[in-house]
Amino acid sequence: MQYTLAHLKRGERAIITDVSSNHIPLKLLEMGCLPGNIVELVQVAPFQDPMYLNINGSHLAIRKETASHILIEKENYE
Amino acid sequence: MSKQINVALIGNPNTGKTSVFNALTGLNQKVGNYPGITVEKKEGICKLPRGVKAHIIDLPGTYSLNASSLDENVVIELLLNKNDKDFPDIAVVVSDVENLKRNLLLFTQIKDLEIPTLLVINMADRMNYKGISLDIDYLEEHLQTKIALISTRKNTGIDNLKSLIANYKDISITPCLSASEIDKEYFDNLRKAFPNQLLYKLWLVITQDVNFGKTDRNEIDAVADFKTKSKSDLKRLQQKETIKRYQFINNVLKIGQTIDASQAKDLRSKFDRVLTHKVWGYVIFAIILLTIFQAIYDWAELPMDFIDNIFASLSEWTKNALPKGAFTSLLAEGIIPGLSGIVIFIPQIAFLFLFIAILEESGYMSRVVFLMDRIMRRFGLSGKSVVPLISGTACAIPAIMATRNIESWKERLITILVTPFTTCSARLPVYLIIISLVIPQGRFIGLSYQALTLMLLYLIGFGTAVFSAYLLNKILKIKSKSFFVVEMPNYKLPLFKNVALTVIEKTKSFVFGAGKIILAISIILWFLASYGPGEQFNNAEEIVKTEYSSDNLTEEELQHKIASHKLEHSFIGITGRAIEPTIRPLGYDWKIGIAIVSSFAAREVFVGTLATIYSVGNDDEDTIKNRMAGEVNPILGGPLFTFASGISLLLFYAFAMQCMSTLAIVKKETNSWKWPILQLVIMTAFAYIVALIAFQFLK
Repeated sequence: MQYTLAHLKRGERAIITDVSSNHIPLKLLEMGCLPGNIVELVQVAPFQDPMYLNINGSHLAIRKETASHILIEKENYE
Repeated sequence: MSKQINVALIGNPNTGKTSVFNALTGLNQKVGNYPGITVEKKEGICKLPRGVKAHIIDLPGTYSLNASSLDENVVIELLLNKNDKDFPDIAVVVSDVENLKRNLLLFTQIKDLEIPTLLVINMADRMNYKGISLDIDYLEEHLQTKIALISTRKNTGIDNLKSLIANYKDISITPCLSASEIDKEYFDNLRKAFPNQLLYKLWLVITQDVNFGKTDRNEIDAVADFKTKSKSDLKRLQQKETIKRYQFINNVLKIGQTIDASQAKDLRSKFDRVLTHKVWGYVIFAIILLTIFQAIYDWAELPMDFIDNIFASLSEWTKNALPKGAFTSLLAEGIIPGLSGIVIFIPQIAFLFLFIAILEESGYMSRVVFLMDRIMRRFGLSGKSVVPLISGTACAIPAIMATRNIESWKERLITILVTPFTTCSARLPVYLIIISLVIPQGRFIGLSYQALTLMLLYLIGFGTAVFSAYLLNKILKIKSKSFFVVEMPNYKLPLFKNVALTVIEKTKSFVFGAGKIILAISIILWFLASYGPGEQFNNAEEIVKTEYSSDNLTEEELQHKIASHKLEHSFIGITGRAIEPTIRPLGYDWKIGIAIVSSFAAREVFVGTLATIYSVGNDDEDTIKNRMAGEVNPILGGPLFTFASGISLLLFYAFAMQCMSTLAIVKKETNSWKWPILQLVIMTAFAYIVALIAFQFLK
């Protein structure tokens, strides 16, 4: 199964493999949300939304909907 | 003397850019607006070594040169326009030590514009604490720049920064990487078509939606032998550019920066565990809000009474000290009471701005955005709408400007439309004086009834805002992409200097902005109240004397009767009584009516207006509050400000749209008259109906 950021659980880490460019604003890429970077789910608000992330040292929060367009690989970090 | 050099401070939000600005300029700064738009322009003067003076501009925070808001456009417009009088001789990019990687993205872009660019790394005092060490020589060499390691908190490195700025000519203007490699063919063609232009500048002109004067996009499109790309192709190229820049930055930092994670102390996660907790996060947020309101009420009481008394004696003193005449009475009965209506609220407004500044500076506000997003989305708002709704308690104008970072247009429009319902500081004067007149003293579990009423009014304002957002979300048919990114900055102890400067600046602009309107209105009101047409006004003395000749009044009582007879037949009295029928069902008399009409310019005028009306022809030294308490209902007898009429007035002010400046800003931000007019009509009609129901029910 292909995992996206929206599948991540609190405290888990993963590597970003691809971002679906039509759904992701440039601003998010500029803040470090790029393939190859490590992402950690720091905290979630109730209903897992929004998600508070640490991407490559940048701390930011995005909505679950956006997170579902960011593909990740979990294997190495479980 | 050498010429003044222009310095532009640029950087990501939350890097302490404003602290650097404050450290360089101190009190030598002023805040204005960029011409034609409502983006705040902060500039100041800094003395550099060897008598050089620097003119420093603090540009709005931005993550890159790819602008997505008005504020960010300002940055690009300045950097691309060599003819601008503020065009920088040197760009100072402010970064913070913990987010160096991300901060460097913007830095490499600015380097491509071939402007001397200095890199400031702020919060250097946190390096040990975070286990970070930097190889400055290596970084300077590969980033082609000079680096100033500073700490605005510990006030270190500022002198070094100043001397680096003074020697800006020594800084290399070579770009650090060649971004054009992302599409060689495209950029080669571009270079051929415009041999005299800077390549990166052309690229920005093509990709950005900004007004650049001469070299605008159409001109580039018009060149026949040059093929432009589709929007989505351009976006893909921008992504490639971003990736390319990060590759470069990663390579430089791999050697230039070492992070020993075992050394890092992580305060952030400790705080976040509580402050963003599913339950405790909300509890703490509620407690913080409660504390703020109680504090505004309690702490400000003493200085307010003090100011009120000073103005009352000042007015009295003016009357006695100056020769009798129209000017003296204009001063004592028009201007001084009018001004006291605004000065008296400085303590409360300053406290409010103080709390908001602390919430923003500490990094807590982003946590509130995070906590509230899901809830706000149900009402068609964004988590980011919380910031305008909270700062709307200070003033709707900056609050509406603060909606600019809401990415979705629909969420932003709804936020703009409902923000004026939140209780702004201009309503505070009206609320406070009416509450103190009609709500009894006494305490309920440690909180005074009066403070509780005030809090209830804030809640009503907030509740109405959220509820109308819900309705608007159902009614408005606007399709817009909803997305949301918010940076979660590190927690910081707010810097005293930053907070103090914000409070001073905001309070000043409130007092002078409102002061101008109030001064003008109180002068007009005084004239209208002191002169009148016809027999009834001009012969007031005789008419009253004949009417009461049998009543054996004392001289004082007689003078009082004459004064009020005159006021009733002055221009203002005639106007007031003309509108009286429409407001009588709400429990108001014509004097309140005049105050309501004049406060359509700005709400806080209400108190000043009543103060002016009540003091015309009145010789006693007295505070505004006592005069209002002494007013008698002309029809029912008894005090005019009763519980019923007081509540009705409070509710009217809670809902009515009475602020011309807000309407103007809504027009500017939505670029249409439709929205401000709708706001004016609907809010005011709603206010009237609610006040009517309240009075009829309670009387």
